[in-house]
Amino acid sequence: MNWLEFSNHSTVSLAELPVLSVSQLRHSIMMRCREQGWRPMAFFGCRRDDGVRLFAILADDDHAALHAAAADFFAGEYEYESLTPQLPGFGSFERELFEQTGIKPAGHPWLKPLRFPRDAASGKKKTDYRFWTLAGESVHEVAVGPVHAGVIEPGHFRFMCTGEEVRHLEIQLGYQHRGIEKMLRQGDIRTKAVLVEKIAGDSCIANGMAFAGVLETAAGVKVSPRVQAIRTLALELERIALHLSTLSGLATDIAYLPGSTFFGATRTYVINSLLALCGSRFGFGLIRPGRVNYDLMPELVAEWRRTLTMVLDRTVTMGESMFNQPSVLSRLEQTGVLNAADAAAIGMLGVTGRASGVRRDVRADHPFSYFKISPIVKITLAGGDVFARGFLRYLEARRSLQYVLTLLDALPEGGLATAVPAPAPNSLTVAAVEGPRGEICHTMLTGPYGECRWYKLQDPSLINWYGLALAVRTEGISDFPICNKSFDLSYCGHDL
Amino acid sequence: MVEKMGIMAGNIVLLLVLPLVMAGVIRRVKAFWGGRKGPCLRQPFFDLVRLLRKGEVIGSSSTWVSRAAPTVSLAAIVAAACLVPLAGGRAIISFDGDFVVFAYLLALSRFSLVLAGLDAGSSFEGMGCSREVIFAALVEPGFFMIMAALAGWAGTPSFAAIMAMLPHSVGGLWIINVLAAIGLLIMMLAEGSRVPVDDPATHLELTMIHEVMVLDYSGPDLAYILYGTMVKMFLIGALAANVLFPTVTLPWGWAAAVFLAAIPAEGVLVGMIESLMARLRLSHVPQFLFVMPALGLTLVFIVIMAWEKMI
Repeated sequence: MNWLEFSNHSTVSLAELPVLSVSQLRHSIMMRCREQGWRPMAFFGCRRDDGVRLFAILADDDHAALHAAAADFFAGEYEYESLTPQLPGFGSFERELFEQTGIKPAGHPWLKPLRFPRDAASGKKKTDYRFWTLAGESVHEVAVGPVHAGVIEPGHFRFMCTGEEVRHLEIQLGYQHRGIEKMLRQGDIRTKAVLVEKIAGDSCIANGMAFAGVLETAAGVKVSPRVQAIRTLALELERIALHLSTLSGLATDIAYLPGSTFFGATRTYVINSLLALCGSRFGFGLIRPGRVNYDLMPELVAEWRRTLTMVLDRTVTMGESMFNQPSVLSRLEQTGVLNAADAAAIGMLGVTGRASGVRRDVRADHPFSYFKISPIVKITLAGGDVFARGFLRYLEARRSLQYVLTLLDALPEGGLATAVPAPAPNSLTVAAVEGPRGEICHTMLTGPYGECRWYKLQDPSLINWYGLALAVRTEGISDFPICNKSFDLSYCGHDL
Repeated sequence: MVEKMGIMAGNIVLLLVLPLVMAGVIRRVKAFWGGRKGPCLRQPFFDLVRLLRKGEVIGSSSTWVSRAAPTVSLAAIVAAACLVPLAGGRAIISFDGDFVVFAYLLALSRFSLVLAGLDAGSSFEGMGCSREVIFAALVEPGFFMIMAALAGWAGTPSFAAIMAMLPHSVGGLWIINVLAAIGLLIMMLAEGSRVPVDDPATHLELTMIHEVMVLDYSGPDLAYILYGTMVKMFLIGALAANVLFPTVTLPWGWAAAVFLAAIPAEGVLVGMIESLMARLRLSHVPQFLFVMPALGLTLVFIVIMAWEKMI
């Protein structure tokens, strides 16, 4: 069968979308993922009058192509054979599908709710919440959270240990669920930019770019290169800020004081640069569909160049000193290893995936915005340990700083605003953006009047949390905090 | 007699003030390396006063064991403090075998806190207790070996006799003083739950050793525990200072001056270690602590060789 092929940031008509039987779709996904190396980018069900339509959007990273197909479920036949046993990368997608639509992937190894404390089939609140259990004389359980010490988002971690050794970690999230997808479906989608920025504060620019990308492509509008350049600059600053903040946190957690204070202080310069541009350190209010609200004036360009050169200098100084310090290396190396085979199997995304040898970076694989004009080369490490994740963040922050400084020297001209009409009717639009943590994918389905029928958000954390659970197996429980910090995943991005 | 009373009073003042100064110095040094100004030196004192004036929250699952433990722990440490030679190598109480009592008073203090940790019935605290006991079991033999070697050298098993003997080793065997002091400083880091063994500044329960064991305490009980840890660090630091700079022969005023310089210097050392290196991985902590018994064993051999007139 043929899948509908298209590219990142593009719109296709729903009339062209192949709609198959469920077993055909399942078989085809299996073939493509196993033989051609495709991977799930979005996998969700959209409720219709007579049932549910399942959309599968697979990405072919080697050929910069996306592929879409769909299958219909009719009331009373909400069951199919799960893909997860053969393709573990579908684990979270199928749990989400089950929770949101009630379609049951039969044979799913651990089909429990992803975000809600209720049973997906009956809709009733669950009182006996299942967790993995481990039996044996020396086994003990340690439950951490959802309330943590310090200012940390809520999440429940349950460790099954023998002595100090972790045998299994089960992560239960959902405490930050705010119903963002539901709110996006209510009212005119073009007014939702503010809501989208609040999905996760540290991925505000990335989500804003994906959202703007969806609305612009769906309406057939192209923004000027200058708008693209300003958005891309902001996206890279957001990445640099998060990477520096993670490095600072990593140093704090191993009690390495210089890294903790130096990286933390350096990050402030980066987010203050965004503040100087748009009045918000996180970039709230900068990106709107069709435009950016603030222009990079020549004085600001000069100031950014000065500040960011200094930031690059400080980052290199501290990075070289920290990653050459024996006590730091002894703490980070061979801790929390997520090997390449596991990482590839569960479909790890973003910087944590690249640290385990998964060569995936939307900026390079499916270029968008200014990366089409000025490409960036992805960096991959093979280690998969805490060191690889920390060091890769340092390397990426450095590369992004260099990219930003180069771009500042040759900022293109152009208008700041383009009018965005209503989206094309009966269409499917996909926009993926490489956020600080990895691929953020927004998908919109429109109805006959160009109204938004369904809006699907996909944060890399949905996939990557499972990577953390694998990385801490057989690790000492006291090393969990630095493993967790090296992944630095989003709770609210996952919970939506 | 009056002079003796004066010295004793002076030593008691040192005992009350210096632990707080040491804690303050460590904070200042860490702040300096972090590029901050840091709190004033009296801040640990203010912190304790604040805690003493606060109310307490007591877990519903805990029993009288938890209530009694901080008091017992602090009492044991204060009793141990009476045995340790301070400025001029003089202790408040001194008798044969006092260093054995000293070690067991520290153990009693730890034992009461471990019981309280288990009493709280939380998985965190159970984990902390197990780590605390394991690491203490590695430190204690090291302490005994070092003291046995020193006692063997001095000929009598008491702190006072050892302190009186130490200056005589200066001529040929400085090595005894240096090795013993290094061993005691490692013990100080371990007992005081400092980097690289433990991280007193962390908020991550899963990585803590000492802190997680006393997670349930608040108010005055927490103040007792914090003060107890400061005094314990000071006592071991004082032993190390006395071993490295024997002051028995000096007049008390000079001895006190040496002491007043040595204890903050140790605070600076601890602060530097905490500022410039990362904490050890938990599974590597025993390797670090094994240095102590190794040093103790070396000392024992050196003393035996000295007896046999081989060196």
